[in-house]
Amino acid sequence: MSSASKNSAAREAILRRVRAALPQSTPLPELPASGPWQTFEDPTTRFREVLESVGGLMVRVPDVGAADAWLRDFEPWKKSATRLTVIPGLGDSTLDLNSIDDPHALEHVGFAVLKGHFGVAENAAVWVTDADVRHRVLYFIPQHMALAIPASQIVNNMHEAYGRIQVGGYPFSGFISGPSKTADIEQSLVIGAHGARSLVVFLIEEW
Amino acid sequence: MSHPPLAAEFTANRSRAHWHDKALWFVREKRDRMANSVPEWEQLREHASAIKMHTVSQLPLYLEQFERNALALGVHVHWAETAEDHNRIVLEILQRHSVKRIVKSKSMLTEECHLNPFLEKNGIEVVDTDLGERIVQLRNEPPSHIVLPAIHIRKEEVGECFHEHLGTEKGASDPAYLTEAARGHLRQKFCQADAGITGVNFAIAETGGIVVCTNEGNADLGVSLPKVHIACMGIEKLIPRVSDLAVFLRLLARSATGQPITTYSSHFHGPRPGCELHVVLVDDGRSGIIQSSEFRRSLSCIRCGACMNTCPVYRRSGGHSYESTVPGPIGSILAPLKDSEKHSSLPFACSLCGSCTDVCPVKIDLHHQLLAMRGLLGQRRLIATSKKLSMKFVAGIMKRTWLFNLLGKFARLSLRVLPRFAIYHRFNPWGRQRELPEAPAKSFRQMYADRKSTASNPGDKSK
Amino acid sequence: MKVALFIPCYVDQFYPNVGMATVAVLEHFGVEHEFPLSQTCCGQPMANSGCMPEAKPLAERFVEVFDGFDYIVAPSGSCVSMVRHHYEEYFDHNDTRSRKVRENTLELSEFLTRVLGVTTVFGSFPHQVGIHQSCHGLRELRLASSSEVMKKRDDLLKTLLGNLDGIRFSQLARKDECCGFGGTFAVAEEAVSCMMGDDRVNDHVQAGTEVLTAGDMSCLMHLEGIIRRQKRKIRVMHFAEILAEAVNVPSTARR
Repeated sequence: MSSASKNSAAREAILRRVRAALPQSTPLPELPASGPWQTFEDPTTRFREVLESVGGLMVRVPDVGAADAWLRDFEPWKKSATRLTVIPGLGDSTLDLNSIDDPHALEHVGFAVLKGHFGVAENAAVWVTDADVRHRVLYFIPQHMALAIPASQIVNNMHEAYGRIQVGGYPFSGFISGPSKTADIEQSLVIGAHGARSLVVFLIEEW
Repeated sequence: MSHPPLAAEFTANRSRAHWHDKALWFVREKRDRMANSVPEWEQLREHASAIKMHTVSQLPLYLEQFERNALALGVHVHWAETAEDHNRIVLEILQRHSVKRIVKSKSMLTEECHLNPFLEKNGIEVVDTDLGERIVQLRNEPPSHIVLPAIHIRKEEVGECFHEHLGTEKGASDPAYLTEAARGHLRQKFCQADAGITGVNFAIAETGGIVVCTNEGNADLGVSLPKVHIACMGIEKLIPRVSDLAVFLRLLARSATGQPITTYSSHFHGPRPGCELHVVLVDDGRSGIIQSSEFRRSLSCIRCGACMNTCPVYRRSGGHSYESTVPGPIGSILAPLKDSEKHSSLPFACSLCGSCTDVCPVKIDLHHQLLAMRGLLGQRRLIATSKKLSMKFVAGIMKRTWLFNLLGKFARLSLRVLPRFAIYHRFNPWGRQRELPEAPAKSFRQMYADRKSTASNPGDKSK
Repeated sequence: MKVALFIPCYVDQFYPNVGMATVAVLEHFGVEHEFPLSQTCCGQPMANSGCMPEAKPLAERFVEVFDGFDYIVAPSGSCVSMVRHHYEEYFDHNDTRSRKVRENTLELSEFLTRVLGVTTVFGSFPHQVGIHQSCHGLRELRLASSSEVMKKRDDLLKTLLGNLDGIRFSQLARKDECCGFGGTFAVAEEAVSCMMGDDRVNDHVQAGTEVLTAGDMSCLMHLEGIIRRQKRKIRVMHFAEILAEAVNVPSTARR
């Protein structure tokens, strides 16, 4: 049997067995974006507090220029030999992303400045998509990372978050909350597991 | 082996068992604080439970919808009836791409299918990239917890293991130092891998996409460099809508580790340009569980591990004492559903305290299922004959009040007159670390009768 | 109101004073009661061992014995939970007689607070009391808030004991962890069971508990067994015994 016909035979067999004794259908709950969900008087403050609790840093600045000035004084940025930005005027790039075809070439990126779409106050997650970078690995491979979002773009909770995005529209999209971390050795929290060792989220007021 | 002797062995090292218990209780407390910070927590649990129950009731529909949408996104969809089929499918994909090395992020499904040894036997290097999983892989042992695979290992032991395999300094045991060493070691593996394998936390029928959650970023790094991404999932991972993700992502990490959300919650909807994304849908007994009204709800599990963290038995007996891929309360249901004879002691490794049921983010009635599983084992004659006989015997007594009274009197008398050595000996497990109750001369019914007869006058307070 | 006493089999044989205290408490609140003599065991040990066929005749017997009473009151959350939550499978869905018995079987603190509406008990008990939340009372009958669930419920034991003169409550590190009794679990998993019990006892020792109490004698039998073996200075009392003792002492708050 070819693997295609094996696959369709398995498919039929599984679906047949699942259909064999299905329970009575129960309703699917309504989940409106603005339901009885937790909101915050000041979502930005909550976002900052939660981000700090997960090891990240929020920096609120009036414009891109101010973010750039802040970044150039930031130790990890200053120490990174290989730097990359996708936001004009916020940091600079030491390599040309558009000339890179193989993502392995990004192995040594020390710092990347990338675009986030919005933040979620309840968990400090920032929504990112691969429409904003040529290689999605950039969200995971740099030693340090900054995400910039417009300061007005903080939603309260995940229901509001999913209410405003087209998840299926991007091969890759996701939420990033803080730098990479692990507690797999005796429950001791260590920041910088495989991904970024630090995460700065810029909230830019005039963008 | 059965659970009790392995548990006894684990508790014999009391300070280590306490250390293990405290580490997990710490996670449970973090979970409590997180749950407490969400006013609608209980409502979220209700919703999560309802979504899962609904999904399973229409699973064929959602599986087909998922497949249709995934195919439209350019995803290759595979169906595997058994663990063996799953392994074969994965191997075929890897062989088609001449893959020699893979990196794999956490997937309980691939553990269940024993994918690693299968691929290794076929000449493929498999590297588990979750730090905890890498530690247990290097130590050549299974994970002891589904979220915290190396929770049973002390940092000094990780230090020894890394000294041997990764060349860290002898005697070094600082978690930050060891993690840094693993980071360097695994970066190499990420960059050398020809394919990445991940599990799936949620598969969205409405879009045909999958969601993978990690804190380390290992799943994402593992599938963003090589050209092939294989995602392996049980068919129960389906959810109908994108909006359902809000409920589950709010519950998952809070329940699992007491974090507001995992660091990375990645949504994959199709391959990178010039690359391939494969999704393997695995049955391996799940369709049978769907047919069981008693145990169907066990399929709602989102593998957060909260039931393990809260289980007073798991915390004190360690994950390995369960000898099953998924240990703890949920594992004690899933494992006997797979092989009731091999795992017949697990539903009894439980005091029926119900903490697991109350902590479960999808409201699986875990302790009731454990009780029902005991009944199933009884039906299948998988309960020790001695236990069955003694229960028959006691039930026989309880059916006859006179016999109950007589034997009760005899038992009380024995406890009062027998010398200590006749009561406390090796055939009395109760008395090894505990005293038996001090036997009174009279039973309640005697005292009640005495009192009625002496006090049956107008002064009787009972009116 | 016709109230039957349901005194669990092991309480009948080994803890008659707990039964008598239950009687005294009911009488204190003017409740007439009866003890149906043919009662034995509710069948929980068999059911929890997976021997449902052995439990079934005992469940049927229980309904037979307690049919016709308005309430069936027991000083044990665990046995009550067996009747109320686990008898269903032994009876026909339409069997109204068994349904009525099941629904009207109440744990003592439930009966006092929810049926009699007791909100305060006047009396004196000048001791530091450590409450052990017995699991089946807590997570099956919901006699208090369990620490896992983010929903506040009245703590019935605290309601009943809280107003006694001089009483103080222990602050435990783990306020509702299982003691490790668990029926046959106590013997089948002796090592884990005793470690759990030992940990509970230590928590109470650390907290300064003088009197350890609970709504279930089975948990207390296990914990007392450990306390006595280790020669700890903690008195073990069912909450009915505390109430019976407290109401006998003139209270300063009593009007």
